[in-house]
Amino acid sequence: MSAAQVTLRGVTKVFPAVAGGEAVHALGPIDIEIRKGEFFAVVGPSGCGKSTLLELIAGLTSTTQGKIEFEGRAIQENVPEGVGVVFQEDACFPWLNVRGNVEFGLRQKNIGSDEKARRAAAVIDMMGLRDFAESYPAQLSGGMRQRVCIARTIVAEPRLILLDEPFGALDQQTRLLMGDEVLRLWRQTGATVFLITHALDEAAMLADRIVVMSARPGKAIDLVETGWPRERDSRIVERENFGALTSRLWKTLREESLKTMGRSG
Amino acid sequence: MSRLRLYQIVIVAGFVLLLEALCLAGVIDRVTMPPPHIILRDLARLVLAGRYFGEIGKSLANVLAAFASAYLIGVVTGTILHGYKTVRQILDPLFATYYAIPVFAFYPLFIVMFGLGDGPQILIGFMLAIVAVIITTLNGLDRVPAVLKKTARVNGLNALQTARLITLPFCAPYLLTAAKLALAYAFIGVIGSEFIMARSGMGYEISYAYTNFDNATMYPLILLILLLSIAANSLLSHWERVLLARRGQT
Repeated sequence: MSAAQVTLRGVTKVFPAVAGGEAVHALGPIDIEIRKGEFFAVVGPSGCGKSTLLELIAGLTSTTQGKIEFEGRAIQENVPEGVGVVFQEDACFPWLNVRGNVEFGLRQKNIGSDEKARRAAAVIDMMGLRDFAESYPAQLSGGMRQRVCIARTIVAEPRLILLDEPFGALDQQTRLLMGDEVLRLWRQTGATVFLITHALDEAAMLADRIVVMSARPGKAIDLVETGWPRERDSRIVERENFGALTSRLWKTLREESLKTMGRSG
Repeated sequence: MSRLRLYQIVIVAGFVLLLEALCLAGVIDRVTMPPPHIILRDLARLVLAGRYFGEIGKSLANVLAAFASAYLIGVVTGTILHGYKTVRQILDPLFATYYAIPVFAFYPLFIVMFGLGDGPQILIGFMLAIVAVIITTLNGLDRVPAVLKKTARVNGLNALQTARLITLPFCAPYLLTAAKLALAYAFIGVIGSEFIMARSGMGYEISYAYTNFDNATMYPLILLILLLSIAANSLLSHWERVLLARRGQT
């Protein structure tokens, strides 16, 4: 791990008033540096602007104030080359089979159809979807559909992968196994991973560093280094200090979650 | 054959047999309606004689012209309107009340404007069909999940590519429904117009046979229109079923 790949300086997002309502100060000001090659997670109470933060980094929305840079270039309402996003919602294209969905991720790449097919097949293999390459999303489970979405993202070989609560709709066992998959992909691809999650154990298991956000407007109130080795999987939850880590996260987050619910600790 | 399909066939067959029985028993007299087996025999006779092939071809060509123009223009208009919220809000009341307007009332005006050729009939079919296509296209586009639009942006697609590669494929089941509606309305518009003032076409021939008490021509032609309309609609329904099955929406 080395220099910052993504930097956020004084980033603020205010959504303008709609239909007689009030403007919503959703996020910031927030300063974050994400190092190249690290697994970075963000946790925070509901409505604190986690997904807004991800959309800002992805270039899907613009900042109200402040600056975001990816590899030294400013991001402002356009998705930079080298950035891939996996959303929480099912983003599989129901009219394409698994192969078609994965190949779609290579649309922007200036490569021949044979090379596209080869790369897609390799990623389909990597994601354990070989036997389902000709299946349509409706024939797959929720976990497999999310694997298709991840495959469609990584086939383009992004240098930064943004994950917006990608396992939010999955059961606990599948989440743990998907976590292992993501860790394996992270190591294999060498990409930087930015994970948004509401699950503290998931953040503690997967990330090298975790930012805890305050209640709205979301600000970074704690930064936790997990100190895990790069070679790790879901069995990390058995470690003694895993409990201490999640306890620290919860201690910080509890106050903020209570604020969201309109109560004090 | 599925149980559902079997029930459908039994209901239709039962209805035909009931008609047959009522006709043969004299409950429905022969001047009003011949028994279905006679209608079928007359239809076979007409088809084998090739007597109305020209009329059938003309009507079908007009239906196809009305359908194709309404469908293409309707889908494009719906897609464009979807991007302009204010224009859509202005037009929404018109769409909501459109089918309260008796389009056939404009037929004489269309004859004055376009003459006695095929133009007015195609125009009536087009006018009946297009709004159903626009509304159904808009309905489909409204249902495209936001996450798919975000995925389009992440994959660097521009507005046209997003429509071609994401939103319209997502809406395919709605576009097939639009096609079914457009086809039905095109049939109604064209055949109905031929009834009123045309000098040719299947609608005209049915009307002519009716005024001459020629049941041996009128009923077979009505049956033929029914069969053609059902066949075309069944083909579209089959495609719809294949599409929905692939998406797990059977």
